[in-house]
Amino acid sequence: MSVMKRFIIGVIGSVPLLINMFMSFGGSMLGGEKYGVWILFAFGSLVYWFAGLPFLHTAIVSFKNHHANMDTLVGLGTTIAYIYSIYAMFTRPAGTYFEAVAVVITLILLGSVFEEKMKSSASSAVDKLMDLQAKEAEVLRDGEFVKLPIDQVVEGDVVRVKPGEKVAVDGEIVEGQSTLDESMVTGESMPVEKGPGDAVIGATLNNTGSFTFKVTKVGSETMLSNIAEMVRQAQNSRAPIQKTVDTISNIFVPIVLMIAILTYVVWYAFLGATPVTALIFAVSVMIIACPCALGIATPTALMVGTGRSAKLGILIKNGEVLEATHTIKTVVMDKTGTVTVGKPQVTDIVSTGKFEEAEILSIASGLEGASEHPLALAVLNEAKAKSVVPLQAENFEAISGKGVQAVIDGKQAFIGNDKLADDFNMTTDLKNKMTKLQAQAKTVVLVGYDGQIIALIGIQDAPKPTSKAAIKAMQKAGFRTVMLTGDNKLVATAIAEEIGIDEVIADVMPGDKAQHIKELEEKAPVAFVGDGINDAPALSTATVGIAMGSGSDIAIESGDIVLVKNDLMDVVTALVMARKTYSRILLNLFWAFIYNVVGIPIAAGIFYALGFILSPELAGLAMALSSITVVISSLLLNYVRLPKENKLASN
Amino acid sequence: MAQILTVVVGVILIVFIGWWFFGKHSESQATAVTTKDGQTAKVVVNGGFNPAVLKIKKDTPVKLVFNRKDSTTCLEKVVFPDFGVDAELPMNQDVAIPIDTSKAGEFEYSCGMHMFHGKIVIK
Repeated sequence: MSVMKRFIIGVIGSVPLLINMFMSFGGSMLGGEKYGVWILFAFGSLVYWFAGLPFLHTAIVSFKNHHANMDTLVGLGTTIAYIYSIYAMFTRPAGTYFEAVAVVITLILLGSVFEEKMKSSASSAVDKLMDLQAKEAEVLRDGEFVKLPIDQVVEGDVVRVKPGEKVAVDGEIVEGQSTLDESMVTGESMPVEKGPGDAVIGATLNNTGSFTFKVTKVGSETMLSNIAEMVRQAQNSRAPIQKTVDTISNIFVPIVLMIAILTYVVWYAFLGATPVTALIFAVSVMIIACPCALGIATPTALMVGTGRSAKLGILIKNGEVLEATHTIKTVVMDKTGTVTVGKPQVTDIVSTGKFEEAEILSIASGLEGASEHPLALAVLNEAKAKSVVPLQAENFEAISGKGVQAVIDGKQAFIGNDKLADDFNMTTDLKNKMTKLQAQAKTVVLVGYDGQIIALIGIQDAPKPTSKAAIKAMQKAGFRTVMLTGDNKLVATAIAEEIGIDEVIADVMPGDKAQHIKELEEKAPVAFVGDGINDAPALSTATVGIAMGSGSDIAIESGDIVLVKNDLMDVVTALVMARKTYSRILLNLFWAFIYNVVGIPIAAGIFYALGFILSPELAGLAMALSSITVVISSLLLNYVRLPKENKLASN
Repeated sequence: MAQILTVVVGVILIVFIGWWFFGKHSESQATAVTTKDGQTAKVVVNGGFNPAVLKIKKDTPVKLVFNRKDSTTCLEKVVFPDFGVDAELPMNQDVAIPIDTSKAGEFEYSCGMHMFHGKIVIK
């Protein structure tokens, strides 16, 4: 029989018994003096035999295996009270405890019902994730687009996506442009613009345009499936603290049994209580000490914590990581691609005043049109971003080691590095500006037209827009921030100063990153954030490795926490979320214990002299409340404040 | 007289509980059976996992067949945290769980509420 059915039987049986209890305060009894006790017996038995017996059954089998658990306490406690009540029925009809039996069983089942509900809602996070997937896709077969169920799509297929449709599987855009809502997978609330060559993720939503894409991953290989699998594993993993809890609850129950016997002996043999009073105290001790809140304290918090993180695009691999994260004092970040965008960008355009910024860009991009140099790409991207059309250039000629020149609008134009400055006259003012840019670790490109230098373009692998705020949030949360990079000291320091990083370790050979992490680990536990293949050793060396974004598979494999998005802000969110989840586990354990520590002596009757006692019913209520408190406390993790609240994935 | 008897019985019971639950008792052990498709082992779920300790050969695929005969809600699931397994165990039904045997070591598993425990030893 399911817990729910047993609980319903419990309620059906308990309600009349409770009514009778209140009536008895007024001196009357349900069914009158003569039959009343039989009514109590009927309802009490209904609950005991149909809802409560499984407790005793498990208690007996566990006992044979030298185990004791909450079923031992509930089973034994209610059975003693039930058998005694039958005996009392014939000897002193007013003194039965059928209502206690029924109410205790019902309340404990209520705790289990709550637990079950919350567990299924937490683990449904994974199902919900998989539900995001499209059911079918329009696939190119024999020259025509046909609708096929998603499981018939294979790698290499070309799939068409219309506005408002979901991307079925992972792939790469072949043709077309569109904006996509990727929030359900990455947690990123802003729609992302994509064009040919860009990767699209299965289950994301196409907003405006139509496009076709070539399928790169299907089935269990897709990003969504990987995320779901990771979340599932994390939710089933165990925090190391659980082991301690298990040990405690294993010795806890037998000790409670001993205390219950002791309670009986002391009350009956030494304090002169009647056997009935002594028995009720002993039963109360057994009921209040049920360690089921203890059993669910860790798993429920772990489930809610990892589930919520996943919705934010933060995948915490297991409970061990969670526990390790709360020790972290230092966050070490790789520079390129982690703190910075990862490719050079135009940061400054300094004009001599003769030309507008747009004109300079159109000349510069015209000159760079044929080049694939990263600096040239930076200029071209900037022109594209500002919708500047490159001017037509002809007769390209290299200026050896310095740059390139060509004819634009019948006049000589050139672009190149700072060595061109030797060939042309520059005003002192412009020279100063160039030095200033260089001091900021920016690469300076000179643009000339008609025999004159007309502008300086500063290019840098600039920090991501959110990096500065992220560093600030990290420092606010109490982390020391360190940047680890292979770049030279000048560049690294300039970036670090711009966004406020505490410490810089520059000129690090890719192979030495792990060594540096090891040294930092000696001072305090370190979290390392990186994305590249060469970051993998450092990711596994650090106490907690955080793999960034669409990083390489190997980085994701080595990371303990994987961020779906490429945003440094998520590092703070991840660390804080992990910390909050762990402290929630501790809080839950505290509550679970405090109920017992406070409850057992009261149930044993130490405040009897003050007239303050705990009847078995109240003990059962307290027990159920402790389970419910723990469940609610775990669910509240869904609402704790994080450094930056990303929009939750819809659905 | 009744009082003295109560004290004596109480003390005996307390000592018995201590011995029964905390004393050293051998755990039920078994070794997985090798068949032509790999190894299999039956685990009966009844007030715990029987056998509690299961020995498995390394690098040979293994299927653990769980059969639940206990209606406790706690035992409705079996969880192997090290393998990411979280399986439902319907009453009186065989549930086969394949386990990766490429890594040697002792791996604990438990019911959904971490109340009952079992162990597999891969060697």
